[in-house]
Formats: sequence, C-alpha cells, structure tokens
Amino acid sequence: MNLENNNKENLKDVVNQALEDQTIKHVKLNKIGPDKANVDKLTKPSKETRQEYWGKGLTAAAILLIIILVVSIIGFIAIHGLATFTQNHVNPWKFLTSSDWDPGAGKNFVGAAPMIVTSFAVTLFSAIVATPFAIAIALFMTEYASKRGSKYLQFVVELLVGIPSVVYGFLGLTIVVPFIRNIFGGTGFGILAATLVLFVMVLPTITSLTVDALKAVPDHYRKASLALGATHWQTIYRVVLRVATPRILTAVIFGMARAFGEALAVQMVIGNAVLMPSNLISPSATLTSQLTSQMGNTVMGTLPNNALWSLALLLLIMALFFNFLVRLIGRKGEK
Amino acid sequence: MVDNAGAIITTKDVHLSYGSHEALHGISLDFKENELTALLGPSGCGKSTFLRCLNRMNDDIPNIKITGNIRFEGKNIYSPKMDLVWLRKEVGMVFQQPAPFPFSVYKNIAYGLQLEGIRDKELIDQRVEESLKQAAIWNEVKDDLNRNAQDFSGGQQQRICIARALAVHPKVVLLDEPTSALDPISSSEVEETLANLKHEFTFIMVTHNLQQASRISDKTAFLMNGNLIEYGPTEKMFLNPQNQITSDYLNGRFG
Repeated sequence: MNLENNNKENLKDVVNQALEDQTIKHVKLNKIGPDKANVDKLTKPSKETRQEYWGKGLTAAAILLIIILVVSIIGFIAIHGLATFTQNHVNPWKFLTSSDWDPGAGKNFVGAAPMIVTSFAVTLFSAIVATPFAIAIALFMTEYASKRGSKYLQFVVELLVGIPSVVYGFLGLTIVVPFIRNIFGGTGFGILAATLVLFVMVLPTITSLTVDALKAVPDHYRKASLALGATHWQTIYRVVLRVATPRILTAVIFGMARAFGEALAVQMVIGNAVLMPSNLISPSATLTSQLTSQMGNTVMGTLPNNALWSLALLLLIMALFFNFLVRLIGRKGEK
Repeated sequence: MVDNAGAIITTKDVHLSYGSHEALHGISLDFKENELTALLGPSGCGKSTFLRCLNRMNDDIPNIKITGNIRFEGKNIYSPKMDLVWLRKEVGMVFQQPAPFPFSVYKNIAYGLQLEGIRDKELIDQRVEESLKQAAIWNEVKDDLNRNAQDFSGGQQQRICIARALAVHPKVVLLDEPTSALDPISSSEVEETLANLKHEFTFIMVTHNLQQASRISDKTAFLMNGNLIEYGPTEKMFLNPQNQITSDYLNGRFG
C-alpha cells in the first residue's frame, strides 16, 4: 500500500515536471493544470480499454461455444455411427458394399450400398441437368440483360431459394410422379423423379454462385477480347467462361452438396424402398430419405438405430469431402 | 495542317455526347500511315474518348451519341455496313492496364488468329514468334511460351499485349496510356519497343507523359476540354508551339 502511494506521488511529480518543462504550452494540459492531473484515472485502464477487453472476450466466448458445439455434434454422430461396427460387429466393408438392408434382422443385413449409389446418382444427375441451365441463366443475367432485367431475374432466382423443401416435395409428388408414371409406366417414384425435383432446388444455388463467378471476371479481359475483333459470344466462350471456370466448378459443388443433403423433398418422391436401383424409375432410397423415414421407428442403442447413425456419419463425411473439394478448387483457381 | 495524302484515318468534325453532356466538340484530325501520333492533354480532356471512337470501343456505353465523319482507308467506320470485326482486326488496341488473359503466352498471342479461324499450326507458330519478336519480348519468353502470361512482370505483360495486338497484322494500333500503369524501367522498355516499330505500323497513342511524347512521336495533337487546340509535327510543337495554351501546358503551367 505504501509502495503504491509512493508510486503515485512519483507519477505526480513526473507529470508536474513534464508540464513545467514544455516550452510550447499544450492548451489542453494547461487547462488541467499541474496539480489537477488525475493520477488515479491515469493509472487505471480507460473506458476504451475496458470495452476492448469486453469485445475480445465476447467474440472469443462465442467462438468457443461454436467450437464446442461442432466438436460435440461430430463426436456424438461418430460415437453412435461407429457403434454399429464396434458393438454390433458389422463388417465396415460389408456396410459399404452389401445391398441387403434389414438391420432388424441382424448384423449381416446392414448393407448401405443401394442408398449410397442412389444418393450419388441423384446428386450427379441433378447437377448435370441443372448446370447448363444455371450457366445459361447466369450468362444472360451478367452479359446480356439490362441492369433492371438482371435485378428482376435475381429476384426470381432468390424466390426459388426461399420456397421450403417440403413444398418442392409436395409439387413433385403431385405433378412429377404422375407425369413419369404416365410416360414410362411403373409407380413414377424413383431416381428420375428425385432428379427433377432436385434440379429445381439446386438451380438457384448454382445460378447465383455462377453469377458471382462471372461478375468477378475483370472487365478489361472483355474489352481486350473485343478489341481483337472477337464477337460478344466469342468473348464469353473463349475468355469469360474460361477465366471463371474454377469458381463455376465451386458453384456446381455447392449445388451438389445441397442435392446430397436434401432429405424431405427427396423422401417424398423417391419411393423409399432400399433396393439397388436397376433403372431410373424404380423406387429406391437415398441416405437422407432413409434417415427421415426410419428415425421414428427404431429404439436408441439397438442395431437398427445405430445403423441409421452410420448413415448420418456417412453424410457428414461427404459434407466434409465437398467442403474440402471447394477449398481445393479455390486454391487452384488463385494460381 | 496536314495534307490528306497518305492519311490512313481521317476524322472530320467528330462530336460525342453522353446523354446531354457533350464531351468532344468537333475534332478533325488526319493520321498519317506509319507514323506515331501522340494525343496529349490534361485529364478529362477527351483524348481517350476520342481514341476509342477510332475502333468503335465506345459503342457499348449507354446514351452515347457520336456524329461527324471517321474514315479508315476511306471507309466510313460508323456506317451500318461496317464490319466491326474486320475494323477491330485492322485497328487494334492496347490498354492502360496490361491485360493478358490468364492463359499461356502462346495462347494469348494466338487468340486473335484463332478468332479469325486460322487452324494451321505452323502459321500460328510462325505468327506468334514474329509478333513476339516485333514486340521485343521474344528473348524473354521464348523458353516459357506455355507459362501463364500473368506470371511475367508488368512491362513484359504489356509487351505481350502489344504482341497480341500485332499478331493479327493490324494496320493501326491504338494505345491508351500504355505505360502509365508501369514502373519507369518497364515503361522505357515498352517505349523502346514502340519507337522501333513505328515505321511498320501506324500508332496513335494517348499519353500523359510529355517527355515520352517528345521522345517517340512524329506528330502531336493537343486536346483540351473536348477541343483540338493544336496539331503538328512533334518537334515543331514542342520547340515552337503556335498557341499560348499549348505552350503553357507543355511548360507545366497547368494539367
């Protein structure tokens, strides 16, 4: 205590000395005067400093919470997903390659291959169908349409994003499924129906990211190309699209990630029969549709439940894989 | 001022306006073949705008109105019958910002040729080498033709752009401040390249750099506020300007 007082006195002396020493009087300090210098205030952290600590603390706490959340989600899914293999002794290789799915019947009937194949088929087909349309729309919006026209189109595309997936599923069930049934026969449920529904759902995602990709192409490339005697289309085809390719690929992968993870709408039109799909119009099931349709029918801790967690784990791993791909392409695009 | 004979581009009373704002108030200039003409003037005087009229790069700007008469080899370039692709092939352009496409050097140079539909690999190879040599960059890139053109320095990139413009064998090359985005060493490289080429092509160059104009141009035109103030041989203009405003500008009193 004594020492602290001593220090304060010293500080006061120093302030006084400094005030006396100044050759050109500082207006503000002069007003305060040598003896009025508030040493207490000078030695304690200011209000701004305390705000700084608060701000840092708040953001750090928020980040910490999210990190804990992410780690526990992944941990929970991993523990339950792996229990199929550790507690129920299902052969992981069989899980990935066998097409017998009836977890209630025992550990030899946990084969997820049909769902894996269907999930990938639906994802791939919808991306293949949607990408040309998305690129065409994006090109029209960035290269041809007037500013007002492109704003209007942007609004329409955003509207498509905003429609809930259950509505898409309902539309698919009411329109697409009967349509396929009438044309190709069969039930109408299956990969084709899911592809068509997912096409509409991923189209806005791919489109808006492709628009960003095309807008990011510097204008001087376009001008340089036109000045060399290229037509508008030649410029688009040979320069703009080529420069934007890495980012367009990223857009497609984001679209695929959305298609891969979509559950409700797919479940409504895919038919939900865990069979290896032999064609595009026979009922089948994806990883997600199986999860949504079966999660209410199993008891926690039993093999059928653990098997569903394994499917969830697989979905999680795929999501990580898509993220990884996006980063990989992004890094290549920078070069 | 300049006799009409030997003029490759003639412009007569060119007016240009954006909406209600008139940027060029009637400019008449003749550009002689195989000479380098510098367009000088303070910022915003309309010299770049005028330059872009010569290969119709202003066409896309909304609300733009161009009147007057611009003839390239006697043909009215604003006539509806004018083939824009042909015009831009004959009248090439190099921009302020070095803008090679992010492809290989070879593909950059071959770009214009491929647009023309030339598929003969040998001819393309030959033109690539020829134009890179003309742009005085062959020795620096000949071992790296497949490297991305953007890996090179600014001055090298700008010379690659010049080579790209030359590869399609234009008659006229428009240069819009080709060295103002470059450091002094790079810009002197580009300048030297232009000085060596100026008797094979017709160059029309917008520049802010008075010394550069005096060093390499044959003719100089001085523009201000959308008007042509003075036009003549560079030497005469710099040593003995006819107009007081020109003299003030060249002596750095303003601009």
